[in-house]
Amino acid sequence: MSNKLRKFVDKLKPHFSKGGKFEKLHSVFDGFETFLFVPNTTSKNGTHIHDAIDSKRTMIMVVMALVPALLFGMFNVGYQHYLAIGQEVGFWDKFLFGLLAVLPTVVVSYVVGLGIEFIIAQIKGHEIQEGFLVTGFLIPLIVPVDTPLWMVAVATAFAVIFAKEVFGGTGMNIFNVALVTRAFLFFAYPTFMSGDTVWVRVGTTFGLGGGSVVDSYSGATVLGQISVSPTSQVALTDITGNPLGFWDGFVGLIPGSVGETSVIAILLGAVLLLFTGVASWKTMFSVFAGGALIALLFNLFGPDTAAAHFPWYNHLVFGGFAFGAVFMATDPVTSARTETGKWIYGALIGAMAIIIRVLNPGYPEGMMLAILLMNIFAPLIDYYVVEANIKRRLKRAGNK
Amino acid sequence: MSKLISDKTKAVFLGPLSKNNPITVQVLGICSALAVTAKLEPALVMGLSVTIIVAFSNVIISLLRNTIPNRIRIIVQLVVVAALVTIVSEILKAFAYDVSVQLSVYIGLIITNCILMGRLEAFAMGNKPWESFIDGLGNGFGYAWILVVVAFFRELFGSGSLFGFQIVPQAMYDAGYVNNGLMILPPMALILVACIIWVHRARNKELQEK
Repeated sequence: MSNKLRKFVDKLKPHFSKGGKFEKLHSVFDGFETFLFVPNTTSKNGTHIHDAIDSKRTMIMVVMALVPALLFGMFNVGYQHYLAIGQEVGFWDKFLFGLLAVLPTVVVSYVVGLGIEFIIAQIKGHEIQEGFLVTGFLIPLIVPVDTPLWMVAVATAFAVIFAKEVFGGTGMNIFNVALVTRAFLFFAYPTFMSGDTVWVRVGTTFGLGGGSVVDSYSGATVLGQISVSPTSQVALTDITGNPLGFWDGFVGLIPGSVGETSVIAILLGAVLLLFTGVASWKTMFSVFAGGALIALLFNLFGPDTAAAHFPWYNHLVFGGFAFGAVFMATDPVTSARTETGKWIYGALIGAMAIIIRVLNPGYPEGMMLAILLMNIFAPLIDYYVVEANIKRRLKRAGNK
Repeated sequence: MSKLISDKTKAVFLGPLSKNNPITVQVLGICSALAVTAKLEPALVMGLSVTIIVAFSNVIISLLRNTIPNRIRIIVQLVVVAALVTIVSEILKAFAYDVSVQLSVYIGLIITNCILMGRLEAFAMGNKPWESFIDGLGNGFGYAWILVVVAFFRELFGSGSLFGFQIVPQAMYDAGYVNNGLMILPPMALILVACIIWVHRARNKELQEK
């Protein structure tokens, strides 16, 4: 199978090389070839140590880690829909509804993002860079299911051009590109990214589902309910008014952005990322630790509001906290790179996310802003960690 | 003084419009460019106000340039600029009250606009009144056109209108189009200015830093 594919690719190659029929599409061809086969070209001079997996293989690992969250998200979209309209249907009906609801966003995000990457690679004569494989997968997971597709397209285009290509493409960006997409949507079209009508699709999807919602319906997320609560004690409910607790947040059958609800699915991805060494356990762990600590402090000494009284363990499982900690904070390009820096970077993300959630009623969810803010500081953290190391070693050398 | 508009004068006027633009090349006056460009009308008025003030303060300082003691020149420049700003501000309040309300403190803050002090120090203190006047006009227009371009895109995509007239048809809103809220926020002005700088430098290779 793989031999046949190799021969097929080799047969096509002359057409895309200099002087061939499709010379203009060289970078596209090159992108696909290196996607299918690890390139066998080696460095020409000096001694280089190559890792066995290159960045395309790394990216695919992240995509595979995201699959549980996507599949669960699809099921949950269907589950919430049929719960909202009060119909009993089977597992596959719910999944099919969610699949059809989420798939267009996935397609739009990939087509727009990869399209821009291909065009820019062609203009600048680069190879096609693989960074968008992950970004394109993340975008559908961090937006509400009812986000209009043209908005996703505009935001993706904005993020790929202004957060990535102007900085020099994959590996050079300061901000996490998927989060910039979400931030753009959040500030440009706030009514479609927050509130209590966007998290559950109550209309039909390609003719499936649809109906009038049940009387007790309310589409607010848990964090949304907390932020608008007039009293400091709030009874959390799902969309039909049943009470919710820690384990509901852990399992994830609650309204929210497509991929963020289930901590179980996210943890499955986390295990894969940690096992393969793609993500740093230090960053991941310290986000949770920093968030838990600040939330605990708010629980003990905070102001008399619902958000401050929200138990610290609930802060970690509701909203986008777990998703951000596992898939966004650990992004190797935008996070801190020194080992000590990872601890500081992660802890500050967790702390900032909870501080924004609790102290700013305008933003029920603080994870996106916390990660983007710390993206800016990651190089600074690294700088001081390196400087401290130099100082320490100079001192040690001077003492001899 | 053979010709009224010599080649040098022409260069003085045209330079700031493009290759020596106060905003895109010298990166001065950014603060007000972010603040007043959410709508076209205040942006245009702001651009014209700055043009008038920088042109006439250039002339006045140029006339006084040989009599101003060097050690107190900044104070003298400030007095001249402040007087002109007050006149413009009062005229706006009298004849264009709505716009002056929209511009709020930013007319008064023209006093601190770096373009003014920059031109007075760099040009008016060492050149004759006529050239100084042309230089002021050039820099004012250089500032104004950037403001107008930024405001054009911000008002069109942020509010769907131009000069307050609805441009985006109701049918598009019915079809699901929504105004872009980010365009109304100052960060987008910064990104638009960056885009203008991008295009500008791509077309003028000599401006690119190595």
